[in-house]
Amino acid sequence: MLLTGWGRYPTVTSQVTAPGNVDALTKQLPAYPSGTCLIPRGAGRSYGDSALAEQVVSSRFLDNFIALDADNLRISCGAGVTLAEVLRLCVPQGLFPPVLPGTKHISMGGAIAADIHGKNHHVDGTFCDHVESISLALASGELVHCSRSENSELFHATCGGMGLTGVIVEARLKLAKVSSVSINTESIAAANLKESLTLLNEHNEKKYVVAWVDCLARGAALGRGIIHCGDHSDAGELRHRESSSIGVPFTTPGLLLNRVTMATFNNLYFNRHSWAKGARQQYYDKFFFPLDSIRNWNRLYGSRGFLQYQFVLPDESAESGLTEILGAVSSAGKGSFLAVLKRFGAANENLLSFPRAGLTLTLDFKFEPSLLSLLDELDAMVLAHGGRLYLAKDARMSEAVFKQSYPNWEAFKAIKDRVDPDGLFASMQSNRLGLSGADMGSSTA
Amino acid sequence: MNILIIGANSAIANAVARRYAARHCSLFLVARNEKRLQTQRQDLEVRGAKRVGIHVLNVLEHDKHAEAIKAGHAFFDGADIDIALISHGSLPDQDAAEADFELAKREIDVNGLSVISLLSHLIPPFKAQGRGILAVVTSVAGDRGRQPNFIYGAAKSLVSTYLQGLRGKLLPHGIHVVDIRPGLVDSPMTAQFEKGALWSTPELVAAPIEKAIDGKRHTVYVPGYWRIIMGIVCSIPEVVFKRLKL
Repeated sequence: MLLTGWGRYPTVTSQVTAPGNVDALTKQLPAYPSGTCLIPRGAGRSYGDSALAEQVVSSRFLDNFIALDADNLRISCGAGVTLAEVLRLCVPQGLFPPVLPGTKHISMGGAIAADIHGKNHHVDGTFCDHVESISLALASGELVHCSRSENSELFHATCGGMGLTGVIVEARLKLAKVSSVSINTESIAAANLKESLTLLNEHNEKKYVVAWVDCLARGAALGRGIIHCGDHSDAGELRHRESSSIGVPFTTPGLLLNRVTMATFNNLYFNRHSWAKGARQQYYDKFFFPLDSIRNWNRLYGSRGFLQYQFVLPDESAESGLTEILGAVSSAGKGSFLAVLKRFGAANENLLSFPRAGLTLTLDFKFEPSLLSLLDELDAMVLAHGGRLYLAKDARMSEAVFKQSYPNWEAFKAIKDRVDPDGLFASMQSNRLGLSGADMGSSTA
Repeated sequence: MNILIIGANSAIANAVARRYAARHCSLFLVARNEKRLQTQRQDLEVRGAKRVGIHVLNVLEHDKHAEAIKAGHAFFDGADIDIALISHGSLPDQDAAEADFELAKREIDVNGLSVISLLSHLIPPFKAQGRGILAVVTSVAGDRGRQPNFIYGAAKSLVSTYLQGLRGKLLPHGIHVVDIRPGLVDSPMTAQFEKGALWSTPELVAAPIEKAIDGKRHTVYVPGYWRIIMGIVCSIPEVVFKRLKL
């Protein structure tokens, strides 16, 4: 069947299997002929081609809970369980996932494979920093238990390893305790990039901090934005509320997202939050997952899809790098509907994890052929400032850019080659980045 | 609430069981694969089930049906069974089953006869308790014999017809009969299929199934739009229909 990532670019023809249990999976894996390229896939929320290959094994039905230990704040479950399910179960019991990304519709396995981060990376690190252990199905069909003390090399390769070491089938996650479903939030307007960065620094002690940036603003207003801070409230109740959402029933013409509509949106958003600034309380779902209220929002970008571009720059070069990159985006007239700026804390030991100390900016662009050359220019700027790109969002980075910015790639490849000697696990992305075998599958962009 | 589920491993039954687990019901699961039953028990316990019991049964072994139902009663300590849900089934290769009667017979047994056998063991205890709901997952395939799956469809319509009669027969005993007819629902077996707009997921159909059982509906199509689709399919004149490969 035709398959894409969340960005709907690129598209690939894949054979998809969805084993109903771990036994079926471990029987299936050794049966593939050599030369097969297979990649595990969770909820399909990575944006580019990291979960695309000619053979895809979905963790969709490995979605069972194993144990919830409320006293010791631990949850064990299958890789296909989504964070939405974890939240539905845990929140009424005063338990909370320690790291949440921008959508709750991601799988546990995907969260680990991409070593995702949230608005609290500067305080709490990545998702995998709270993963105690995982169970990994290797290409041979063998099940291996990995943690920081057991098969630790494989653990640090698999956390953030984009599914290239094997299929994560189960995981045990540490939870946090909360006493309310509400988040105390505060929104502050920043007139330009310098002010945005200063505000991000000033609010570094807050648990959740994220800045929305207006990419279309030029000149003195370049980098103007709204800083959103939040922390768990002590007051209120622990009742789960089913959040309502509206759907985008079909792919809208990409024309709807153009410079004029985006500038209008950005102005409205900026002004609304400039007026309505100050402290208030929000249901956690609204604070963490504003986009989940529009199902299939990825269809808004038209039939050719879109690319997300997320990079991190080390602190010392962040301001100059961001000014240069935002300037290039703004003068190319390639507005980004969403632009999100966050501060990262220190990097962890996982070999291919994206976050490292500094600032990370996320942009998204409607796909058009002329975009690719702009992104190549941005890559050069990111590299020149000592930064790198997030693999879970990437669909087009070159092998050279990847290898230069992820210095641990060789250590990763050595471990991958040891546990997957025939190179079964490979995605379109890993082949492009030189992490796995030759060219594969037919890609129709 | 005490709920007995036969074919508990099926994607639809699993999704329905999770909804009842969240309501702190007690569940007794009957299915073929013991290891999967154990995984499912853990899952339902974490999701809030009061108690979960399991029993291994191959539905083709009719002589073991009585024992399975008895085990369920024992698990509930003789208390009333509020809901019995029968949801096992298999989707045969139509061409192979047309060519090989033994295969066809087996598929009709799995999807049809075994259900009748299980119901015949469930009816006496339900009559004795004088209340309860018998819910059976059939299929839209039973509404009209279609070229790609008429052996499966025949077995399912056998059950649907049986349920229609049974519903009236059990009315004076306070027992309600629900016929659940799912359309195209994603499962491990259908992962390879290209999914058009008509495909649904076990999670999406579980909610209306729960509602239909609780609300004592008679025949329910899930998702609901299948009632319209099958209404149209059934109204096509035979002279046209026989030429359609849908």
